[in-house]
Amino acid sequence: MTATAPTAEAAARKSSPGAARGPRRPGRIRRVGLPYLLLLPAVLLELLVHLVPMVIGIVMSFKELTQFYIRDWGTAPWAGLDNYKVSVDFDAPVGAALLHSFFVTVAFTVLSVGLCWLLGTAAAICLQDTFRGRGLLRALFLVPYALPVYAAVITWVFMFQHDNGLVNHVLHDQLGLTDKPSFWLIGDNSFFALLTVSVWKGWPFAFLIVMAGLQNIPRELYEAAALDGAGMIQQVRRITLPSLRPVNQVLVLVLFLWTFNDFNTPFVLFGKAAPEAADLISVHIYQASFVTWNFGTGSAMSVLLLLFLLAVTGVYLVLTSRGRRTAP
Amino acid sequence: MRSIRAAATGAVILSLALTASACGGGSSTGGGSGGSPQELTYWASNQGASVEIDKKVLQPELDKFEKQTGIKVKLEVVPWSDLLNRILTATTSGQGPDVLNIGNTWSASLQATGALLPWDAKNFDRIGGKDRFVDSALGSTGTEGQDPAAVPLYSMAYALYYNKQMLADAGVDAPPATWDELVAAGKKVSKDGKWGIAMEGSNPSENIHHAFVLAQQHGADFFTADGKPDFTNDGAVTAVKQYVDLMAKDKIIAPGNAEYAQNQSVSDFAKGRTAMLLWQSASANLTSQGMSEDDYGIAPVPVQSGTPGAGKQVNSMVAGINLAVFKNSGNLDGATEFVKFMTSDAEQKILNTAYSSIPPVKAAQEDPAFNSPANAVLKDTLATSAVALPQVPDESQFETAVGTAIKDLFADAAGGREVTTGSVEAALTKAQQQMPEK
Repeated sequence: MTATAPTAEAAARKSSPGAARGPRRPGRIRRVGLPYLLLLPAVLLELLVHLVPMVIGIVMSFKELTQFYIRDWGTAPWAGLDNYKVSVDFDAPVGAALLHSFFVTVAFTVLSVGLCWLLGTAAAICLQDTFRGRGLLRALFLVPYALPVYAAVITWVFMFQHDNGLVNHVLHDQLGLTDKPSFWLIGDNSFFALLTVSVWKGWPFAFLIVMAGLQNIPRELYEAAALDGAGMIQQVRRITLPSLRPVNQVLVLVLFLWTFNDFNTPFVLFGKAAPEAADLISVHIYQASFVTWNFGTGSAMSVLLLLFLLAVTGVYLVLTSRGRRTAP
Repeated sequence: MRSIRAAATGAVILSLALTASACGGGSSTGGGSGGSPQELTYWASNQGASVEIDKKVLQPELDKFEKQTGIKVKLEVVPWSDLLNRILTATTSGQGPDVLNIGNTWSASLQATGALLPWDAKNFDRIGGKDRFVDSALGSTGTEGQDPAAVPLYSMAYALYYNKQMLADAGVDAPPATWDELVAAGKKVSKDGKWGIAMEGSNPSENIHHAFVLAQQHGADFFTADGKPDFTNDGAVTAVKQYVDLMAKDKIIAPGNAEYAQNQSVSDFAKGRTAMLLWQSASANLTSQGMSEDDYGIAPVPVQSGTPGAGKQVNSMVAGINLAVFKNSGNLDGATEFVKFMTSDAEQKILNTAYSSIPPVKAAQEDPAFNSPANAVLKDTLATSAVALPQVPDESQFETAVGTAIKDLFADAAGGREVTTGSVEAALTKAQQQMPEK
């Protein structure tokens, strides 16, 4: 009896859920904690790679950091909110230039993302059905995305040259669309030159993502719609676009962030001194920081930009996810 | 569940936004000798037609130095476009080379960072004394009244390169000596797709060099005596307008030059599209583009009247490269020894011949190699009529701000918009307002 008592107790414990909670707890913690443990290295790296530099950047934005202190930036005097005040004082030259550059960037981003999305989606839908040569076309469309940015943009620089460029040769010499050869890399046209290169470079990404999204739409939906008499346009409107919604949501966000912060394209196209009409904010901040050696103001501008991007992204996600929640 | 998803989304946004806007932090490249007395790192600026050519020129000399002193020099040739940022990075991280080349116009700006070894009398004595160097070259080694932050290595000056045949065909028998003569000659040449003179309108530094010289000729400067920006004084405005007017009013520069920034003007000159070119040490470049030395002549850069000389007759900035030592080098003795070697009479002859520049060392300048007619013009200019760009800590900001303003004015001229005294003044006012306040 005495020998069996513990066994019975154990058996009772095993069968009773209430009693079993005690001894199992460590296992459960282990089970719940494991994912966090696995995430830990990534979190640590994330801290190291992103958070630490960001905190340093924020600290710098409160300092009067010029060439006099760059060697040991910790010793730079505190500037308080001065750097921010200078950046947002839109009546003074620095703030006015920043605001101008901000508006240029917004216009550029809206146009570029819109065109990239439109072209990418159109191309992906057109290439959805199998036909001879589809593989080749798909590969060709991806070329701009696969090319190294620098090489591609430099080629555009040659094409946009006033005297010997291909663009003027076609527009002016061959088609006679302009009275005289236009300037593309200086003056007001530079905005359109920048937009052209940006769309050329960006739309294959949209194409790739939309194409991947299209693979997930069941063919039966189209067959059923076709049986009900829906034409191509109706199919795109009622089936393709709604089904692509989650994909598009991410795509537009990513394109927006990339385009808004694009540095390579304007820098290779125009060099350190971008024309006013194409003065994107990334190059503008680079100029404030690394060309005029005013790292404090540059950091403040970066922080303002970050806040703006966070706000826009947050609003965007709230708006787009609300739509999804109310959907059946 | 929803909160986890929200958190995950939040994390994704945050990391996306951060990736997107994170400013590139300083990374350490190169690295000094690490205290080893037998090793040095040297960042050479790209002087020749390519980085490879520079290595070919410099390596034998570095081997010679190693044989003499037992110190091995690790060479890295840095392209111009990267050099200033590389130096800044090295300055912040403290991980730089032991010895480096700097553009001489940056001397005062870089001196302000405190990263460069000051060349006091004692240090100069170790390389043979300050008086071995030409005065004009010493004028661009740092802020006036402080010990120089660098030692002159190669000197250059602007000259007027002219196509003999093109000027002769237009009925111009002598190279222009004044700007009026230059404009007159340019107008005679500018027709049938050919142009009077070539410029790099989109290169801020080039713009600064010419505007500065013209301002000097009008008795003006871009900074006050105590180093404050003064971009809108009458002389400066007149100078900038005179420069841009070569395209806007006189129409002797092809409008396409407004977007030049990659030395296209040199190619245009070599190919006979333009008759004149203001350049420093263009000979090697012209030869490599197929222009024979007999086809062009070299004359001093024009002045407003009379002949080049001191004072208002300045006709070039002092261009060139300086050699600096990183203060936190672990091998200051070796670095100084290396500077001594590079500025020795013998090395000065070899290096300046290779780069078709003029030695800033007096003794080396006497060498017959630097007495050809072309070099004589440059030597004369450097000795009598060249002035260093303002040696103020804000020099690099000035180059960008005013250089960019002039670029925009050229864009206006090229686009057919009027360039007036008012528009020049407005552009310069804006440039001045962008300068950091003190």
